[in-house]
Amino acid sequence: MVIACFVTAAPARAGRFAAETFFLDNGMQVVVAPNHRVPAVTQMVWYKVGAADDPLGKSGLAHFLEHLMFKGTKANPPGAFTALIGRDGGRNNAFTSEDYTAYHETVARDRLELVMQLEADRMTGLVLDDPVVLPERDVVLEERHLRVDGEPAALLAEQLRAALFLHHPYRNPNIGWENEIRSLGTADALAFYRDWYAPNNAILIIAGDTTTEEVRPLAARYFAPIPSRPVAARIRVGEPRRHAAAHLEMKSARAAQPRWSRSYLAASYGAGDTGQAYALQVLAEILGGGAGSRLHKTLVLDRGLALSAGCSYSAGAIDLSTFRISATPKPGITVGDLEAAMEGEVDRLTREGVDPDEVRRATERMQAASVYAQDSLMGPAEIIGAGLAIGQNLDAVEDWPRRIGAVTPAGVDAAARALFLPRNSATGVLLPERGS
Amino acid sequence: MSIRAAVFALLLWAPNASAMTIERVVSPARIEAWLVEDHTLPVVAIRFAFSGGAALDPAGKSGLVSLVASLLDEGAGPYDTAAFQTRLEDLVTTLQFHAGRDQLSGGLRTLKRNLGEVEELLRLALTEPRFEPSAIERVRGQIVASLAHQAQNPRALAGRLWMRDAFEDHPYGQNVDGTTESIGAINREDLVGFVADQLRRGGMVIGAVGDLNRDELAAFVDRVFGSLPIGSGVVDVAEARPAEGGALLISRLAVPQSTVAFGQAGLKRRDPDWYAARLLNDIIGGGGFRGRLMKEIREKRGLAYGVSTGLVTFRHAALILGGVATENARVAQSIDLIRGEWRRMREEGPTEAELDEAKGYLIGSFPLSLDSSEKIASLLVEMQLEQLPIDFLEHRAALFAAVTHEDARRVARHLFDPEKLSFVVVGNPADLTPTRTRPEPRF
Repeated sequence: MVIACFVTAAPARAGRFAAETFFLDNGMQVVVAPNHRVPAVTQMVWYKVGAADDPLGKSGLAHFLEHLMFKGTKANPPGAFTALIGRDGGRNNAFTSEDYTAYHETVARDRLELVMQLEADRMTGLVLDDPVVLPERDVVLEERHLRVDGEPAALLAEQLRAALFLHHPYRNPNIGWENEIRSLGTADALAFYRDWYAPNNAILIIAGDTTTEEVRPLAARYFAPIPSRPVAARIRVGEPRRHAAAHLEMKSARAAQPRWSRSYLAASYGAGDTGQAYALQVLAEILGGGAGSRLHKTLVLDRGLALSAGCSYSAGAIDLSTFRISATPKPGITVGDLEAAMEGEVDRLTREGVDPDEVRRATERMQAASVYAQDSLMGPAEIIGAGLAIGQNLDAVEDWPRRIGAVTPAGVDAAARALFLPRNSATGVLLPERGS
Repeated sequence: MSIRAAVFALLLWAPNASAMTIERVVSPARIEAWLVEDHTLPVVAIRFAFSGGAALDPAGKSGLVSLVASLLDEGAGPYDTAAFQTRLEDLVTTLQFHAGRDQLSGGLRTLKRNLGEVEELLRLALTEPRFEPSAIERVRGQIVASLAHQAQNPRALAGRLWMRDAFEDHPYGQNVDGTTESIGAINREDLVGFVADQLRRGGMVIGAVGDLNRDELAAFVDRVFGSLPIGSGVVDVAEARPAEGGALLISRLAVPQSTVAFGQAGLKRRDPDWYAARLLNDIIGGGGFRGRLMKEIREKRGLAYGVSTGLVTFRHAALILGGVATENARVAQSIDLIRGEWRRMREEGPTEAELDEAKGYLIGSFPLSLDSSEKIASLLVEMQLEQLPIDFLEHRAALFAAVTHEDARRVARHLFDPEKLSFVVVGNPADLTPTRTRPEPRF
């Protein structure tokens, strides 16, 4: 057994997860995040490829391959993977985002070697043919019907994203457009697998009741022998400057209430003015973070215009992210009045700025709440993986509480002024259609 | 390694997993709470439940308990809604209440350093809720909106229809959230009356996990719950058995996919055959890719994204319930396959290998699922509601392991009956004829 195949072994400065990282000779990054509360471990393998890397005309391919990764290898025939893990109570699943695809297993600590062996095996050994691929394509279509086509709000959200991004592939849904899903085949999946599923394009994270000393030889045995291969750079078209705000309206007999939302193109960890990514998270907390936030307090409690109001933003993206504000009007309130009130709150914020006390309370809350992320087995692995897979380093992930704490009122104001430009927005209105 | 060896290894391992020690704490005011002390993180999670849930909603006022649960965190004592919720936010605390069919439950997660202040907020919520008219109207509006959404949501609609058809006029046939009409009929006196009559120490259970010791927990429960009336904890709800006519009902909705709810009577948690039933449920409808239904419907034929079944145990009834969603043109095929698997399980039972695999999964997955303070606190509450002994975790694995192949086949013969299995289909299914028609449920 060759163990001397590690290039570096630089433990990150002890951060909130006390994680350590090293690289295998083939370029695969390994992270260990110890947590000894339960005698169990979670393994996650993250591939740096996602829906935004789907070839033109083949939207949904990254997600389709994620499904097909459970179809068996030369060493482990179909069904063996789940059976071997489940036999001892282990669980496994996977997910696909715009920027990454991740596979995970949670098992008793003495089954760590088994799941490392299984993930290493399917990094190169996948066997696909039409009899397993074609029924799975029907499964994906049913998944699309379930998650998107049957839900008016989800359908409109999909249309809105396509209207906000003019050119960048973030405009396509992760699950794919239905007409393109129907055209995906075995050859497409295998080509995508060969192009992207390589150790040098993957991150291995082991969280739970283990140590770097234990993981090292296992990673050496199972993942290090997989040769690295050239992987193409993730070339994505840039998003051109927007000049016009988009407004979409959708009527649906199945919409129970009107719903209003507006998405803005926003800086992220990876694109735009990346220095504003932390300030934008604080802004989201102040504006729509919870029951005490500005939108809820003003629109729902004080003025009684909305049944609910809030916002959402994630800094985790390679390219531009979105910052979304949304509300449901109270019966009797028109969507126009609601829109004016939401715009009023945004105007007040950009005109008057935020209150220093508001920023202090928000950042203290966010920092204090970050301890809850450690109160689960998979939570830390997910947070670390989502950061590394978009190009952050481990220090940045570990250091998140401090960076949030460093956000100033002036920083939030600047981020808000840069964000809330009407030309960079797409507004979606969902209206119930009455009558037969 | 053979499967048998794997199961044996787990039996050795499981007790270590439950090295987690559950302590019974009895406070000076004689309030009992179960505790798992763990100082790894400065976090405390507490869950509790009062006996008596939506099944107690008065006639014409279904949704009362749900409305109470939604209003308990909307202001109490000196704090109006905004002040109460801002206080919780600044204390980095989640506090939630939930109306079940048999319980009103609640839970909080907070930081150790804030426990004292959170304790006072929880005490006020339970003993001095304000029920301000403006808050009642606002929350009533939110529930009515949620009902309107449920009426258009295939899964909610299928579940609602199935329960109503199975239980008719029994309270379990009502919607936990009520209807627009019944929610409209509830007034402030109803809310105040429910709190006065039902939030009692009798029948109440409490579970706490995390960074607190026995004395701290005892002091907490006395200050929060100590002033509540004792009460008997006895809840007057009739035993119920679902109708088992093997019905197939269709509710037409213009969606590409038909959503199906199916089920029949199950076994109560205290039935000695419950462990066999739980294993059989995993074999036929276990999640992930484990169950027979998942293999037949998803993997072999691509008919659905998911299909699963579960044992549902109410205090006064038991069910085995499942769900699937398949495109309209092919949903009849999914239903045929479910009926076929039901019949096969009844006639042949599980194979010995399937039974061993299910044992391995249910024994091994349990400790893995207890990875957060809140999950463990929920378990402590569940164990007490089911009146399981405090050392139950030490015996759980053995109870599953003791189920013999013959037990499993015997239980399968009466648990699974394709003639009694009832289906509700919401969508626009092809090639399906309802056995009878029923008016659409009101929301």
